[in-house]
Amino acid sequence: MCAASSPVAGRDGLAVLDAEQIRRALTRIAHEILERTHGGDGVILLGIPTRGVPLARRLAARIGEFERLDVPCGSLDVTMHRDDLRLHPARALGRTDLPPGGVDGTTVVLVDDVLYSGRTVRAALDALNDLGRPRAVQLAVLVDRGHRELPIRADYVGKNLPTSQREVVHVLLTEVDGQDGVMISGEGRRP
Amino acid sequence: MKRHLISAADLSRADALLILDTAEELASLADRPIKKLPTLRGRTVVNLFYEDSTRTRISFEAAAKRLSADVINFSAKGSSVAKGESLKDTALTLEAMGADAVVIRHGASGAAHRLAGWVQGSVLNAGDGTHEHPTQALLDAFTIRRRLKGADARGTGLDGLRVTIVGDVLHSRVARSNVLLLSTLGAEVTLAAPPTLLPLAVGSWPCAVSYDLDSELPKSDVVMMLRVQQERMTAAYFPSVREYSRRYGLDAARMARLPGPAIVMHPGPMNRGVEIAAEVADSVRSTIVEQVANGVTTRMAVLYLLLGGMEFPATEVAQ
Repeated sequence: MCAASSPVAGRDGLAVLDAEQIRRALTRIAHEILERTHGGDGVILLGIPTRGVPLARRLAARIGEFERLDVPCGSLDVTMHRDDLRLHPARALGRTDLPPGGVDGTTVVLVDDVLYSGRTVRAALDALNDLGRPRAVQLAVLVDRGHRELPIRADYVGKNLPTSQREVVHVLLTEVDGQDGVMISGEGRRP
Repeated sequence: MKRHLISAADLSRADALLILDTAEELASLADRPIKKLPTLRGRTVVNLFYEDSTRTRISFEAAAKRLSADVINFSAKGSSVAKGESLKDTALTLEAMGADAVVIRHGASGAAHRLAGWVQGSVLNAGDGTHEHPTQALLDAFTIRRRLKGADARGTGLDGLRVTIVGDVLHSRVARSNVLLLSTLGAEVTLAAPPTLLPLAVGSWPCAVSYDLDSELPKSDVVMMLRVQQERMTAAYFPSVREYSRRYGLDAARMARLPGPAIVMHPGPMNRGVEIAAEVADSVRSTIVEQVANGVTTRMAVLYLLLGGMEFPATEVAQ
């Protein structure tokens, strides 16, 4: 959710996860992916830009450590498939980088930072549909903040975070923002 | 980004880089099994062509279709224009049909600018007389950046590259748009042409001028050959085609004077044997076929950035 995770502005908010907790959550998700996919065979991780991409890379590195398994990792830009394009000026596109083998017949795990309305994931499913036919598609997110507007749920969740719709959740990652952390700011939550 | 694309001068460096970077992302589409995106579904793009064109019209049509827009092709031949309908009346007809964008090519300089004052949608100039052809300049800049800076040059301009544009600058809308855009992107542009084929005001353009092609070649990273536009020539601009070709044509001997990775470009259609020799056009330095492929990608980027987001406020129309 790009809308829910713009950088800097939220640094004055309440910290929900620190760097250590993010590390533990990703370690757990990596184990869950291995467990659920019976050893991670045929799995590829696709991050949704911006912050899903470094998260996917971190998960791939963890899985590599645990099982000595080289999980292909890439990025999937969903901008051209969004349903809210006409509500904003045209956005710059992110990168789509598929692993060399493509997605046909694989188990694709989509990775994003925040799951909110579910519309980004819907766009990702559409984008994936044009790229090939995976055997299965799963979803991993660092934070699930609720308020779904579509029948979509995550298979792997770092932290369930009950929020009000007026609040804003910011995920900060070292690769993009120079530090790790999850902040929440907005009405009633200011420290 | 502005609402219309009339002139390369309308583009700031940031706008131009946004278009090139968007085109870079869209280029990967050509390798995919489904070369189509749903982004402009339900939008209508009209190709309004008063002059003959092969690659520009087809390129715009392919670009719009790959973004799922509906395309209406209009050529002056066989339409009410042949019965004497004015540009304004034609524009109002298109407006009534709900065109979201009009791509116009016209023999009169300034036609696209006039059209922009009459219609609600975005106007894209696909060549107006001897004035401008901004999407050609964008695809040329994109081709230069890909060939000389690699595919991972996102966010970078053409700083420090030396581009020599050779030939019939006077009648060339491609040359004017390229001079404006390439200099915006940081390239050093030199025009090499006989004095009779340079416009009067060339001194005010952001480029250098030379009458001697041979002295420019060894210091050029890019040589862009222009077509000798005999259909626009109303006077004798040079003594004979053969003499022009001897002094300003690019043959194998001249190409050999180019430094290492330098490239040869031509916007097409070529007069083989006049401004460019066949062996040069078919050499590894030539980007002529790439330019056509990049044209579709670049025009997709422009259409997406003009039409893909929210509609521009109506107040901007009455400019």
